[in-house]
Amino acid sequence: MKKLIAMVLALMLALSVCSAFAEEAVTLKIAHIGPTTGAAALYGLATQHGAEIAVDEINAAGGKFTIELINEDDEHNVEKVINAYNAALDAGAQMILGSTTSKPCEAAGAQGYADRVFFLTPSASSTAVIEDKDNVFQVCFTDPNQGSASAQYIADHKLGTKVAVIYNNADVYSTGIRDTFVKKGAELGLEIVSEETFTDETTDFTVQVGKAQEAGAEIVFLPMYYTPASLILKTAADKNYKPIFFGVDGMDGILSVEGFDTSLAEGVMLLTPFVATSEDEKVKSFVAKYQEKFNETPIQFAADAYDGIYILVAAAEKAGITSDMAPEEACDLLIDAMKEIEVTGLTGTMTWDESGAVTKTPMAATIVNGVYVFED
Amino acid sequence: MTKAKRKRLIYNLITFGLVIAAFLILQNMIATKSISRSLKGQLVPICSWIVMAVSLNLVIGFSGELSLGHAGFMSIGAYTGAIVSGWLLAAFDMQDTTLRLVLAIVAGGILAGIFGVLIGIPVLRLRGDYLAIVTLAFGEIIRNLVNVLYVGTADGKLQFSFLNKNLPENVTMLVDGAKGAVKIKPISTFTVGFVLIIITLIVVLNLVNSRAGRAIQATRDNRIAAESMGVSVTRYKMMAFVTAAVLAGMAGALYGLNSSTVVPTQFTFNQSINVLVFVVLGGLGNVLGSIISATFLTVLPEVLREFADYRMLVYAVVLILVMIFTNNPTTRAIANRLFAPIKNLFHGKHKESVGGGDAK
Repeated sequence: MKKLIAMVLALMLALSVCSAFAEEAVTLKIAHIGPTTGAAALYGLATQHGAEIAVDEINAAGGKFTIELINEDDEHNVEKVINAYNAALDAGAQMILGSTTSKPCEAAGAQGYADRVFFLTPSASSTAVIEDKDNVFQVCFTDPNQGSASAQYIADHKLGTKVAVIYNNADVYSTGIRDTFVKKGAELGLEIVSEETFTDETTDFTVQVGKAQEAGAEIVFLPMYYTPASLILKTAADKNYKPIFFGVDGMDGILSVEGFDTSLAEGVMLLTPFVATSEDEKVKSFVAKYQEKFNETPIQFAADAYDGIYILVAAAEKAGITSDMAPEEACDLLIDAMKEIEVTGLTGTMTWDESGAVTKTPMAATIVNGVYVFED
Repeated sequence: MTKAKRKRLIYNLITFGLVIAAFLILQNMIATKSISRSLKGQLVPICSWIVMAVSLNLVIGFSGELSLGHAGFMSIGAYTGAIVSGWLLAAFDMQDTTLRLVLAIVAGGILAGIFGVLIGIPVLRLRGDYLAIVTLAFGEIIRNLVNVLYVGTADGKLQFSFLNKNLPENVTMLVDGAKGAVKIKPISTFTVGFVLIIITLIVVLNLVNSRAGRAIQATRDNRIAAESMGVSVTRYKMMAFVTAAVLAGMAGALYGLNSSTVVPTQFTFNQSINVLVFVVLGGLGNVLGSIISATFLTVLPEVLREFADYRMLVYAVVLILVMIFTNNPTTRAIANRLFAPIKNLFHGKHKESVGGGDAK
């Protein structure tokens, strides 16, 4: 009998401790939406993994917030992303970290705007993602911002005045950056001497590089992902053409292209908010954890998503989000909170205005001896 | 009533009955809010894919031509729908969304039909593999053309530009090259989707059971024999091809106006193959089969979400298993035996028709 009483007492004590904690602790249900299968899976997996590292850290630290991460695959498809979004809400998500890529994010964000659901995208960079929607915020720069920042950087550092542009005219990311680069470049007195296009299927860049060489360009601007960029560098090396190649964040990853001679990338400059070889303590710790858990070096997308989780937590703290709050209710509170918070993460110190675009300092890195070195 | 007629009537009744019953059940679920968000969000795409599958079945199953460019017609419909809807809103301030949707769907169908005729004239003179290759090329051409198409509205007037974005500053973009159709106001509804399916079924089932439909099937079964009987092969193949193109355009408009954005990469060769899979799985020339397989294969990847990383792998395995089981004589015999009581119910005394002698 004594035993029984003792057990009951112990149980009551345990329960009271639990309920005391329940008042304090908040469980946030965050859904990560990104392409974890299909052609853009590299990016979706990077954001998912980056977010997982941040969630592990926050849950292990045992602070006020515990995070439950829901992962949904959108296949980089504007039809499927709506399904992923709906599935996430069915699973009880309160806010969305996603979508990773621009077009799906644009579609899901619009749906979220109608339903009043808060979106923070780690890496969807087109302006259409945030246009006309008060519920979508970005961790990364918008494409136009990258284009004008690149032109500004080239002009400020007097890298040259004769610029050739090679871009993918079937790609939103590439055309978006090219448009503002050309516009801003004209204002700053950069002379565009050659402009050549390619599409996703292009594998031979002899013509494009040849035109740039004939026009005597000192700088070749490459607003594209790293796969075509690696082919362009190879072609230029074959032609013994040595301008300054200037890329944007999509160029991140060029050193890990299989079968690519990394010495060709020597001297290439790129605009990126994150380099894995940085000496920064936060970055070092993140890269070490990432390598241990997933056995690969994180790319910028992973860092964006890692920051994204911390931004959501900071906004939730400011907005006073509780465990059982519905997404519709949380949305407006989070929107207000986003304009007030300042978060320092792996990709810089960030603030937001009501447009949803982020403000942070652009940074350019140069590849020296096979590693990124930050310029100031 | 002859046996064949009776059989056809029963088949049509089952097809219409199932579609209507599914609609009523789903409407009831929406009204009582017992439907999950996930399923509700898929209703309009499912309607579009059903219309796509049934219309492609008309070409492949009934007229016997392998067309690999069906997604091309769908994209014409989707873009036309987005442009027409945006223009009606800008020029006439038409707030009635259903009317706008219906007009957009009709416009999508008409334009896809015009392209169907243009493609059909040279293509349908080709046979077999050649036709497949040319339709494939057509789909890719359409995709590349819309990639460099810029359309906007200024003061209620449509402005077009090709290759380069040479539009005045004050335009509101409707189609923005590689960015696709942008800022669409989603107006598609499940009810309109359902009506579109019913119209498709009426058109297709009436066509295949008409004199023209028998001519179409005759050209499939034996081209030479049909020609020697005085059937104009090109004309009847054209009839099936253009009808399918119109329906695909309508499905495309419904599909495009369900989302806030449409991109050219949604209508690649892969998408055409996807629709082809619906048709093959459902059975060539089997309209009800197309409806069921389009629904099943659209919903399946969503149901498999709990498999997380292995989802697409499981999807592929399920697809292979279903294909094997539906075409294996042993499993078919078991299925026939299972469904025999139901068949008997419809056939009444004609018990001898069950099992053997099952003319397709």
